[in-house]
Amino acid sequence: MGIASKIRRLFHGGVHPPEYKDLSENCGIEAMPMPERLFVPLHQHIGAPCDPCVSVGDKVLKGQVIGKPAGFVSSPVHAPTSGTIVDIKEHTVGHPSGLTMLCAIIDTDGADTWLDTLKGIDDPMNAEPSSLRDQIRNAGIVGLGGATFPTFIKLSPPKGKVAELLLINGVECEPYLTCDARLMEEQTERVIDGIHLTLHALQTKKCIIGIENNKPRAIEAMQKAVADEPNITVQALPVMYPQGGEKQLIEAVTKKQVPSGGLPVDVGVIVHNVATIAAISDAIRDGKPLINRLVTVSGLGINRPANVDALFGTPVQSLIDHCGGLKQETKRVVMGGPMMGVTLHYMEAPVTKGTSGLLAMTAKEAHEEQERPCIRCGSCLQACPVSLMPTEMAWFSRTEQFDMAKDYNLYDCIECGSCAYVCPSNIPLVHYFRFAKLSIGAAEREARQAEISKKRTKIKDARVVKEQEARAAKKAAMKAKMAAKRKASASATKKPAATDSTAAGDDKAAKAARAAKAAQAAKAARAKKAAASGDAGGDDDKAAKAARAAKAAKAARAAKAAKAARAAKAAKAATEQSE
Amino acid sequence: MAQMSLNVISSPHVHGGDSIPKVMKTVIYALMPATALSVVMFGWPALLVILLTTLSCMVTEWVFMKIRNRASTLDDYSAALTGLLLALTLPPHTPWWVCVVGGVFAIAVGKQIYGGLGNNMFNPALIARVFLLISFPVELTTWPIPVDIFGPASYGLYDSFAIIFSGDYGSLSMDAITGATPLGQYRMETGLGKTVQDALYGLYNFDHAQVAGGLVGGSIGETSAALLGLGGIWMIRKKLITWHIPVSMILGCIVPAGLFWLANSTVYPDPIFHLVTGGLVLGAFFMATDMVTSPVTFKGQLIFGFLCGLLTWIIRTWGGYPEGVSFAVVIMNTAVPLIDQYTRPTIYGAVKKTEQ
Repeated sequence: MGIASKIRRLFHGGVHPPEYKDLSENCGIEAMPMPERLFVPLHQHIGAPCDPCVSVGDKVLKGQVIGKPAGFVSSPVHAPTSGTIVDIKEHTVGHPSGLTMLCAIIDTDGADTWLDTLKGIDDPMNAEPSSLRDQIRNAGIVGLGGATFPTFIKLSPPKGKVAELLLINGVECEPYLTCDARLMEEQTERVIDGIHLTLHALQTKKCIIGIENNKPRAIEAMQKAVADEPNITVQALPVMYPQGGEKQLIEAVTKKQVPSGGLPVDVGVIVHNVATIAAISDAIRDGKPLINRLVTVSGLGINRPANVDALFGTPVQSLIDHCGGLKQETKRVVMGGPMMGVTLHYMEAPVTKGTSGLLAMTAKEAHEEQERPCIRCGSCLQACPVSLMPTEMAWFSRTEQFDMAKDYNLYDCIECGSCAYVCPSNIPLVHYFRFAKLSIGAAEREARQAEISKKRTKIKDARVVKEQEARAAKKAAMKAKMAAKRKASASATKKPAATDSTAAGDDKAAKAARAAKAAQAAKAARAKKAAASGDAGGDDDKAAKAARAAKAAKAARAAKAAKAARAAKAAKAATEQSE
Repeated sequence: MAQMSLNVISSPHVHGGDSIPKVMKTVIYALMPATALSVVMFGWPALLVILLTTLSCMVTEWVFMKIRNRASTLDDYSAALTGLLLALTLPPHTPWWVCVVGGVFAIAVGKQIYGGLGNNMFNPALIARVFLLISFPVELTTWPIPVDIFGPASYGLYDSFAIIFSGDYGSLSMDAITGATPLGQYRMETGLGKTVQDALYGLYNFDHAQVAGGLVGGSIGETSAALLGLGGIWMIRKKLITWHIPVSMILGCIVPAGLFWLANSTVYPDPIFHLVTGGLVLGAFFMATDMVTSPVTFKGQLIFGFLCGLLTWIIRTWGGYPEGVSFAVVIMNTAVPLIDQYTRPTIYGAVKKTEQ
């Protein structure tokens, strides 16, 4: 913490963990031998998973679509090389809970034959911006910084919002990771071309490239490349995690804060990672879809740290084998950076669009202490880049008071892990926050489902009530008719002495029947009306009222019917007596 | 598919290395210079008091964890720190049973009945001191005059045991070896209608520098404001605490003291007097900054600290006790949850949101 305090901060909080960049920062980008089998997940992005559009046994070519996007926020998945689909099934992936995912398993044929229909855009700088976006969408490009949000969406700002600044994220604030730095050093032209194309797609003029100043070579390379372009500047930033977080980078560079719950474009900024930008260049110039990425393989537990250009679907084990294997003292293998990555359960998990790093960590780097109670030291408040109160959020998450957790801005948490990094009690704070978010999400889904079934039940109830009423009305009418008939026949045969009482009894019966009928009709009409308005409006309150009215009507009806029956019985008895 | 023998945990996978034992040990180290000076000033009895409270705190903690069927928490050093802090608030010749009762009370009632470390409402050491002060006022207000441990008049080890364990001073008379603290002197004499100057300079030969250096009667840890302040500043430099509570607490006491002194210096002593006497510095750096029982937000810490200081000054000036730090901090401890709730920091992007 001593180091961090001396550094100028451009945003609130943040931490400065040991960088360990020296392990791999001098390792040039290298390709790796073609793995025999690739496990390509059909969901490598934020949004809806892809639907597989190939079958087991199909031959596929490099760049061929094997998963079609299912929805707007989605992104296609392409075959990383040519080969045969041997299976499409659930397979382990780098998932925090160790869950599996639907993967297309491809036996590679070694020929690496491209699909020949892939084409770039001729003269893209004069093409329609929308055609560039479509090309990027079809190439399956997503944010390669780790969030994997479909890029074309970020290139289409909502109506009324203008992107005044394209901010290129070359910060790479996660310790260990060096693949973005190597990309900027070695493939500067690709990145610069991507910037031009993206500026055109966004119809924006200004661009700033943010790079932390622990990457002097990358800064120099980029500065040289944009020396005669006044609209593109490189901004060196002091090293501070999580400066590569979209909102933190925006604050560090523009001094503006993205409104809570809003988008970067609300402050006129669009942020893209350098690797994404390079992929955009490939897609627009050559029509090449996103099928590979740079992965930093590092950590004190790996024998030969490297920056590897790996195909999606490459099993982690192949990558580790390519880098000389794991050392004995490896305690943990992490996919992604050490602050936000996920630990792997199985080494068969594949490289995906979000895999920026693969870290073999030893006990020295990933030391573990037992969790102790929170002593409210407040370190987490000082470290939080969003100025949250992790103390209270953790308490409310752990005690499942999710409404309170939300009130303490749970959803503004970016899960950067700075709070847990500084916590002297070793409390897995981010874990609690994820738990709360997932629990709230699950409860909301359940509530929505319950709401839907409640509505359905109401509609059904109303219908049943209607039918019952119709039946009851019919029955009452029949009964009244019968009573009248009986009265007529009785008066024809009755003796004069009994006339008074019989007449009274008959009168009573008829009256009761009439009253019952009238009351029922009125009730039914009211209930029907209420039910109808409930149905038509679909309004919950109205529906509830209608249901209540129907229920009341039913009860009233039952009581009336019983009364009527009693009256009828009495009348009948009187009649019988008189007979 | 073979499961690796790798451990699987949630991110982040690296840690800054801070831990509760480290935090507690750092506080203990910060207290060491002032503690050492006190032992030198008051001799072996003071060391015995420190050992007694510390041990009774640790034993109580151990017993409670056994009863609660939990792993021992002695290794987090929080019980030891509580014992040390308690000792520093006690007179140097506190009888052994008062020390033990205080230590047991601090851990049992001050901490464990709330659920242990992190859950207590009051500063355990201070709530124990308040308890002792109310229950055993005589033992808690007998202030021996400092006797240099290396000097000719010092108590030998045997005498020290006798003093602490049986209250036996041998041939010495109590009046000869005890005296009032500066704060006590000020309250007692001004209460009799004397001016501050007469009360302090006339009878007591009060000297600011001497008091700041620790050469005056008082609690074990109250003696040297200078060394306590140095320890506190070291903790701030180590980023264990921030400046907010100590600075605001000291200002909360000496600003009103200064204003009243300017208005009438014959009735109200000067602000430096308030700063160097009693437990203000100990309280500001080591008691009010107790993490569990102080606010977590900077704004809240400033409010909390200032009110602690203000209450201290009010109690010292008009209260029923000559010294008010422990009461002030314990009273303010109860307000911490409220303060935290109303001083929530403005989150990233929140300002814009309200504008929209």
